[in-house]
Amino acid sequence: MDILIQNLLNALQWGSFYALIALGYTLVYGVLLLINFAHGDVFMVGAYIAFFVATFFLGFVDLSPWLTLALTVPLTMLLTAGVGVTLERVAYRPLRRKGAHRLYVVITALMCGLMLENSNLALLGASRKKFPELLDKVIYTWGNVSVTNLKLIVIFTAIAVFILLEFIVTRTKIGMAMRGISYDKFAIPLMGIPIDNVIVFTFVLGSGMAGLAGLLFAMSYPILEPYMGALIGWKAFIAAVVGGIGDIRGAFLGGFLLGFIEVGVVALFPSTYRDLFAFSILLMILWIKPTGIFGVAKTTKI
Amino acid sequence: MSKVILRTIMMVMVMSLAFVMLTGCSKEEEKIKIGFNIPLTGDIPKVGEASRNAAEMLKEEINSQGGLEVGGKKIPLEFYYEDNESKAESAVNVALKLIEQDGVVAIVGPNSSKQAVPAGGTCNDNRTPMVSPWSTNPDTTKDRPWVFRAAFLDPFQGPVATNFAAKQFNAKTSAVLFDVSNDYSKGLAEIFKSEWESKHGADSVVAFESHGTKDQDFSAQLTKIINSKPDFIFVPDNYNQVALIIKQAHDLGWTGPFMGSDAWGSSELMTLCGKDCIGQFFSTHYAAAGAKGATKEFIDRYTAKFNETPDDVAALTWDATRLLLQAIQDAGSYNSDVKAERKAIRDALSTIKEFAGITGSMAFDSQGDPIKCAVVVRIDENGQFVFAESVCP
Repeated sequence: MDILIQNLLNALQWGSFYALIALGYTLVYGVLLLINFAHGDVFMVGAYIAFFVATFFLGFVDLSPWLTLALTVPLTMLLTAGVGVTLERVAYRPLRRKGAHRLYVVITALMCGLMLENSNLALLGASRKKFPELLDKVIYTWGNVSVTNLKLIVIFTAIAVFILLEFIVTRTKIGMAMRGISYDKFAIPLMGIPIDNVIVFTFVLGSGMAGLAGLLFAMSYPILEPYMGALIGWKAFIAAVVGGIGDIRGAFLGGFLLGFIEVGVVALFPSTYRDLFAFSILLMILWIKPTGIFGVAKTTKI
Repeated sequence: MSKVILRTIMMVMVMSLAFVMLTGCSKEEEKIKIGFNIPLTGDIPKVGEASRNAAEMLKEEINSQGGLEVGGKKIPLEFYYEDNESKAESAVNVALKLIEQDGVVAIVGPNSSKQAVPAGGTCNDNRTPMVSPWSTNPDTTKDRPWVFRAAFLDPFQGPVATNFAAKQFNAKTSAVLFDVSNDYSKGLAEIFKSEWESKHGADSVVAFESHGTKDQDFSAQLTKIINSKPDFIFVPDNYNQVALIIKQAHDLGWTGPFMGSDAWGSSELMTLCGKDCIGQFFSTHYAAAGAKGATKEFIDRYTAKFNETPDDVAALTWDATRLLLQAIQDAGSYNSDVKAERKAIRDALSTIKEFAGITGSMAFDSQGDPIKCAVVVRIDENGQFVFAESVCP
């Protein structure tokens, strides 16, 4: 029983990161039908931004860790959102203006991701960065179950972000505009909706969440390297597809599902088989439902 | 049509220019070219940096005296540092580039067995001597007459860790967490398992779990390990993963000891791991704290130059490169024909029977592997690696 609860908590934490990143993929796809493959690397940049903001406040301004954390959260989200918007501005928008096929935009996204990785490598070098401790670690133990305060924060943040995004997309005017663009991006400007502003807002939301995920990730796994976003980004993308890309509930569910499957496979089988089994299970889900769990074929998404 | 002709003329001009430049190069003064196949980026960039630092220090020392004295003539050294990105396939490409393009007489590195095993095959096939400073997997040199190394082997290191842990922790059971995609980690984990089980009975390794090189979350594996209640956890992993593993194990409520292997011994371990690593033990090649003689002299010079204590890789690269230079001197006169010189160096390397390195004196067996002592160090409160025990074969 203990081991079950412990693994449940492990899976919730690990799934939270997948879910937070998958949300970014799904938002952009929902609006633009664009798979933003640079998103994993935006997450990596978010972690580095968090590192620089945190070390700046801790080292140069000499604030207390708590105050630093309180400042790092909004600043990281803001700056990472800036990175996402810049990508949209310099890479995706010019192609969209020229009416390029979506395939070319996807390739551009892949290239942007590689550029982010390699510019990081060129600027900061290959050596790893150690993320400073911003939170006094508290370990709560019941029997054989141990959980840190950070783990709980990660899980609750993921849930809060999900509720917030779901609210924005389904209950607000701008959310309605986002859904509208996904439905028909040629008719929407005729209604007087500033399509570019809505797209920028989408990137702000998605990248801001990636920044938040980057910060929480850096706090949980405090070693940063330029390629840290690649693998987790791909896996989160798969999670988003399995959940039904374009649907916020799908990204959230897909992220946690992948977390649960990965942890579950390790708990029951030799850990060597983790990725093999995990992705076989996801493949089977796609066999049964090729559009993903919440996906609906060829209708409005998001 | 004229465009095609113009383009052809341009191509011919560019190619002839390149040819002139290439042939022009060979006219400069004679130098001993040695290649370094090291990870300057990728998973373990600190390892590559330490190797390059040690090599640069050695090169400066020798070149400041006019070069290496071979057969009564001083020839300056030229080192080529190439990045293998800590990837097996890149290590092979780097080896080929050094051999074919740069025309080096010998190669130092790669450091990790993950790269050294495939690159060793390449060097052996291309008849170029290679000395790996840090690789401990037996396959690196096995049945490869052109490949040598400066480190001890895992079949020796495994029992060292086993015996030390059994005594130090008074342990009957153990658990292992290793990197399944790393030849070094996997090989050592398997040696440890069979060694431990032969001493303490079947099933005394209560958990034998693996992870991938790019993994960052080990909570599922660690939950399984902690739940099987071992007396200690053996982690034959690279220092960057060690930092994450130990932290996460502590988060999951593990308070018992860890035992590590020589891949822990990077000067970056403590920057990444911090207080979680204090008090842990690992087996390694030398202990910097409390060294004497030539070893101390090396440590002092390195520390003054690069502002950090040299780690295992730095010391082993120093030894590996000196071993190679020794062989070049032993070969007598320096042959300007690269292929003949490579052969001469190999023959000289294979006849070195005893070599006094700063990581201990080594004798070489028929496979080109050194027979040397291992040490076990403890990480003290200041993050220093302090000598705990020395084990000799």
